[in-house]
Amino acid sequence: MELFTGYTFFSALVLLSIPAIILGIKEKNIKYYGFFVTLVFVFLALMKSPKAIMYLVIFCLFEYFIIREYLRIYKAKGRNAKTYYIFVFLSLLPLMLNKFLPVLPGHLKIFAFLGISYMTFKGTQIIIEIYDGLIEDVKLFDFAYLFLFFPTITSGPIDRSRRFEEDLKRRISKEEYLDNLGTAIFRILLGAMYKTVFAALFYQAMLRLERTSDILELIGYMYVYGFYMFFDFAGYSHMAVGAGMIFGIQLPENFNKPFVSKDLKEFWDRWHISLSHWFRDFIFTRIVMKMTEKKCPKKKLNRASLAFLINMSVMGIWHGTDLNYIVYGVYHGVLLAITEIYEKKSKFHKKNKKKKWYHAIQWFVTFNVVMFGFLIFSGKLI
Amino acid sequence: MEEKILSILEELCGDEVVREDLDIDLLEEGLLDSLDYSELLVDIKSELDVVISPSEVTREEMNTPRKIIDKVKSKLQ
Repeated sequence: MELFTGYTFFSALVLLSIPAIILGIKEKNIKYYGFFVTLVFVFLALMKSPKAIMYLVIFCLFEYFIIREYLRIYKAKGRNAKTYYIFVFLSLLPLMLNKFLPVLPGHLKIFAFLGISYMTFKGTQIIIEIYDGLIEDVKLFDFAYLFLFFPTITSGPIDRSRRFEEDLKRRISKEEYLDNLGTAIFRILLGAMYKTVFAALFYQAMLRLERTSDILELIGYMYVYGFYMFFDFAGYSHMAVGAGMIFGIQLPENFNKPFVSKDLKEFWDRWHISLSHWFRDFIFTRIVMKMTEKKCPKKKLNRASLAFLINMSVMGIWHGTDLNYIVYGVYHGVLLAITEIYEKKSKFHKKNKKKKWYHAIQWFVTFNVVMFGFLIFSGKLI
Repeated sequence: MEEKILSILEELCGDEVVREDLDIDLLEEGLLDSLDYSELLVDIKSELDVVISPSEVTREEMNTPRKIIDKVKSKLQ
C-alpha cells in the first residue's frame, strides 16, 4: 500500500480516523492512539520490503542514539564546535551513504527506504538546536512519533521537533477540534482533487509531449510539467496537513500561491516552504552569520551571493545526485544571487519597484525562470 | 538597549520608519529579508552580547521592531 493514494489507503484512513475524532471531541490526548495508527500505516506501506523496514529501524535507532549521545556530551562538556560538527556529520551520514554509495564503484545500495531524505532533516535539526541550547532533552516517544508520523513520513512537510512537541502537549478544546476537523476534511478532499483531476490532466499532456524533439513542444512540456509538479505536490501537502489535523498536529505549510511571485526570493517563500525555510534557518542564515562575523568576503553582496549559491547547491544535491538535480540547485543559487545584486544595485529597479507595469514584468520573468528551472529538474535537458 | 536595536534596524532597513512606528511589519513592508535578518542576529550578538539562534524563533515572532526589542529584553533577564 502506498500512503495518500489508492482506495485501500483512504478506506484505512477513514476507519482509523474515527477513534481519533472521538478522542478529539472528548478533549482527550490523541498522541498515543496517533502513534499506534502511525505504526500501522508505516507497516502497511513498507511490508512488501522487509529490508526497508530493517533500514528504517536501524536508521531511527542510529539517529536516536547519536542525539542522546550528543546531549550527554553537551551537558558534560558544554558547547564545543568540533564535537558539534562531528555529530552534525553523523546525523547526515546515513543519508549520504544512501545517496553517494550507489554512484561510487560497487554501486552499494543501503538505507534504501522511502522517507530517509525527509527524516534526516529532523535528526540534524535536533543536533543543531542542542548545540544552540534550545533543546535540553529528547524523549524516545516524542522522537519516534516525530520521525515516523505517517502524514509526513514519505515527503514532508518537514516538521521541527520543538514545534511538534508543543502540539503533543497542547490541549485542544472541542470547538477548536471540530473547527480543525472541518478544515482537515476540506483539505484532504481539495488535495485529492488537485492530484486526481489537475495533476492527472497535466500528466496526460506530459505523456503526449514527452517524446518530442520539437522546440515549441518542449516549451509546452516545460509549462505542463511545472503545473504537474505543483498540483501533485501541493495536492499531497494539502492531504498531509489535513491528516495531521485529524490527529491533533498542525503541520507546517508547504505552498502559498507560488506562481504569483514577483521575484525568485519570493518564490522560495511560497514554494516547498517547509524545505526552503529549513535550508534558510539551518544553512543560509548560518553561513551568512559566519561570513559576516569574519567579514569574509568583505562586501555584503558577495557574502549574500556566495550563501545563496552554497545553500541552493546543497538543496540540489539533496534532491538527488543526478546531474539534473545538481544543475537545478546551482541554477537557482546563481539566479538568486543575480536577483539580490540586481535589486540592491539597479537604480531602475529602485525607481520602478512600486509601479504596476514593473510588477507585471517581474512576474512574467520570474514565472518563466521558475518554469525553466522545472524543465532542468525534469531531466529532459540533461 | 532599545536605542541600540533601533539604530541597528535603521541601518539594516535603510529607513527611519522603524523608529517612528514600532509596530511596522518588517516582513510585509519588505524592510527585513533573510539576509538582513542574519546580519541583525550578528549585530545583536556583537553589540548587546545577546545570542539569538536562527531557528530559535519564527520570523513572524520577530516581524516588528517592538517584538525584536522584547525578545532581546527577555533574553537579557
